[in-house]
Amino acid sequence: MSNSLETAQHPETLRRIAIDPISRVEGHGKVTILLDENNHIHQVRLHIAEFRGFEKFIQGRPYWEVPVMVQRLCGICPVSHHLAASKALDAIVGAKQLTPTADKIRRLMHHGQMLQSHALHFFHLCSPDLLFGFDSEVSQRNIVGIAAKYPETARRGILLRKYGQEVIRHTAGKRIHGTSSVPGGVNKSLSLAERDELLKDSEEMVAWSRDAVQLVKELHFKNSELYNSFGAFSANIMSLTAADGSMDLYDGQLRGRDAAGHIMFDGVKDQDYTTLIAEQVKNWSYMKFPYLKTLGPEQGWYRVGPLSRVQNCDFIATPLAEIERREFIAYSGKSLLHAPLAYHWTRMIEMLHAAETIRDLLHDNDIMGSDLTVRGERGFEGVGIIEAPRGTLIHHYRVDENDLISMCNLIVSTTHNNQAMNEAVRRVAQQYLHGHEITEGLLNHIEVAIRAFDPCLSCATHALGKMPLEVEVLDASGEQMSYLARAGDGASINC
Amino acid sequence: MNNPTFTLDGKTIPFTEGQTIIQAAIAASVYIPHLCFNPEFKAHGSCKLCTVKANGRKTASCTAQPQPDMIVESNIQELNDERRALLQMLFVEGNHFCPSCEMSGQCQLQATAYELNMMSPHFDHFFPDRPLDASHPEYLLDFNRCILCSLCVQASRDVDGKNVFALAGRGINSHLIVNASQLAETGFSGDDKAAHVCPVGVILKKRVGFVVPVGQRKYDLLPISALAKGD
Repeated sequence: MSNSLETAQHPETLRRIAIDPISRVEGHGKVTILLDENNHIHQVRLHIAEFRGFEKFIQGRPYWEVPVMVQRLCGICPVSHHLAASKALDAIVGAKQLTPTADKIRRLMHHGQMLQSHALHFFHLCSPDLLFGFDSEVSQRNIVGIAAKYPETARRGILLRKYGQEVIRHTAGKRIHGTSSVPGGVNKSLSLAERDELLKDSEEMVAWSRDAVQLVKELHFKNSELYNSFGAFSANIMSLTAADGSMDLYDGQLRGRDAAGHIMFDGVKDQDYTTLIAEQVKNWSYMKFPYLKTLGPEQGWYRVGPLSRVQNCDFIATPLAEIERREFIAYSGKSLLHAPLAYHWTRMIEMLHAAETIRDLLHDNDIMGSDLTVRGERGFEGVGIIEAPRGTLIHHYRVDENDLISMCNLIVSTTHNNQAMNEAVRRVAQQYLHGHEITEGLLNHIEVAIRAFDPCLSCATHALGKMPLEVEVLDASGEQMSYLARAGDGASINC
Repeated sequence: MNNPTFTLDGKTIPFTEGQTIIQAAIAASVYIPHLCFNPEFKAHGSCKLCTVKANGRKTASCTAQPQPDMIVESNIQELNDERRALLQMLFVEGNHFCPSCEMSGQCQLQATAYELNMMSPHFDHFFPDRPLDASHPEYLLDFNRCILCSLCVQASRDVDGKNVFALAGRGINSHLIVNASQLAETGFSGDDKAAHVCPVGVILKKRVGFVVPVGQRKYDLLPISALAKGD
C-alpha cells in the first residue's frame, strides 16, 4: 500500500521546496519536497517539527491531576484528552460503571467538543479551499473571505462552534480546559437553568448541521471526479464501535477493516490495545508511526477519523445522521471510499450526529442528577480510548502504590494518521506537482490534502528519547575534539 | 473612652493595644496583601508582602503596631509594584503550574497575584527539581509550590506539638523538610493543624483534587480582597 516517495536515492543532487508552516491546521508542521531539474518529484515528507514530551513529564505526578494536565496538549480538542485520561483513570479508582449522570455529562461534553471542532475545521479551516478553489486568490482563501462572499455560511459556522463551546462550558466548567471530569465520574452536573439555556438552540443546531451535510455533499457531487481521486490511496481503517456495531464516539471496542472493507478484527477491548498496535519511529519526524502488529509496519498502517468511523460502524443511532450515513455508503458502493476529500462529507455527518445526540441528552433528566462519582477496588493500570474529532485517541497509564504516575503512553489521533497523511501528500505531489513549475496554488494542493485529515500536530509529537541527536565538542580553533550521536532508534554512537 | 485610631489609605481604622496594623485592618475589613501572615499564628514578617508605609517609613504590617493618628499607606502604586515583583520572584523560584494545579482557584498565592495584576512572571524561571513526597497514605507533599511561609512549621510545632516540618538551608537554598526521610515516617496526621494551613498547594489531601467545580472555588466567587480575613 505504501508509496515509494518516502526517501530519495540521492537527495544531495535535488532541489528542496518546504511548505513551512502548513497553514490552517492545528499545531506546527512542514512538508519538504525534493525535485530534480525537470521538476520530477523524488521525495515528499510531512514533518512534525515540534516536540511536546507530556508522556515523560507526567511521570511522578499524582494521578488525579492527569485529566487536567494532559488536556493542555491542545487548545482545540482538550476535552478529548480530558475524557480519555479520565476513562483510563476510572480503572485506577475501580469505577467499572459510572453513574448515569456522570456517563451522560461526559458524553454531552464530548459531543459538544465534536460539534465545535468539526464546525471549526470545516467552516474556518477548509471551506475556503472548497468554496473558492484550491488555487484561488490566496488573499481570499480564509474565513474572512468566506464571511464576505458567503456571509450566512460563515455565520452558521461560527455559531455552531460557539454552541459546542457553550455545551463544553456548562459541562466542564470552562469553554477551554475545564476540570469537571475526574477519575470515577464528574464534579458537576447541569442545573436546570444551564440545561434550558442549551436546549433553546438545540433544534436549530441540528437543522444547521443537516444543511452543512447538504452543502458538502453538493460540493462532492458537483466535482466528484476531483473529490474521489484527489490524493486517494487505499488503507486499512480503525475506530471504536459500540457492542451493537453502532457509531460510539465516547466508548466501545476497537474494530478494523482492510482496504477492501473486510473486518480484520473486532471487539478488541481498550485495555488490550497493546496486543493490536505497535509504534515505529523514523529519524525525520517527532511523530511516531503506529501499525497493526499482525501486518507489520509496511502493510499495517491504517487511517482513523470520520472517514473511517462512518464506514466502519454498522449504523448510527441518531436518525438524521443515519440517513446521511446510508447515502454515503450507497455512494461509495461495495468497497470503502478512500478519498481524503470525502473526510469532509463524513465529518459533517458526524457533526449532525453530535447535534442530535446533544439535543437528545438535553431531554434526559439524568444530566441534572446529583450522583456524580463511584469508587471501587483500587487498580494500578488503566487504558482509556475515545474517538476524538480527528480519530482514535489512546491514553494508557500505570500508577504506583503511592498514587503517582509511573508510565504514560499516548497515541493521538493524528499519530494514527501519520503514514496516511504522508501517503496523501505523496499522491497529490505525483498527481499535481510532478513535472510542473511549482506555484503557490499547486503547493496549496498539498496543504488541502493534509487539512482533509484535520490533523492536530501539537497533540501528536511524543517520540521522547528517540529523536536523533548530534553533539560536537570543538576546541578554540574549531577542531573537533569529540562527537556523540544518537540514532533514531535510541542507540548511541561514540566517535 | 473610644479606641485610638490611625488612617489607612485615608480610612480611619480603630485599634486596640497590642494589635498590629494588619490585625486592625482585617478587623475593619480592609485588605492588606499578605502570604505568610495567618491570624491564628504569631506573625514573623518574612514574606514582606504586607509591607506598608507608616508615617512614610516602610514596615511589615503584620509585625508593626499602629500609633494613634499614624498615617499608613498600603494600596499605592509604589508598594503594589514592589509586591508584584515579590510575587513574580516567588512564582519563578518554585514550579507553579496553575493550569494543572488542583489548588487553582483556591490558592492564596494565585489569588494575590490576580489581585495585584501580575500578568507575567517577568523573571526567568528557576525550574527547580523538587520530587514529590507521596509516601503518606492520605496526604501528599508537592514541594514545587512551597513559598517558605513556614505556617506548617508553626502549626506543627505550636499547635500539634510534633515538629514534623522545618525550613532547612539558607537564603536561596532554603527549603521545606520533614523530620524523617519521608512524610510516612513522621507522626503527621490528617487531623493535624499543619495539614490545613498551607496557603498554596504543598500539603494536599490525596485523591480529592478537582472535586470543586470551576465557578464554585473559593476565589471564583470573590476576589481575595473582598474576603473577610483576606485569605
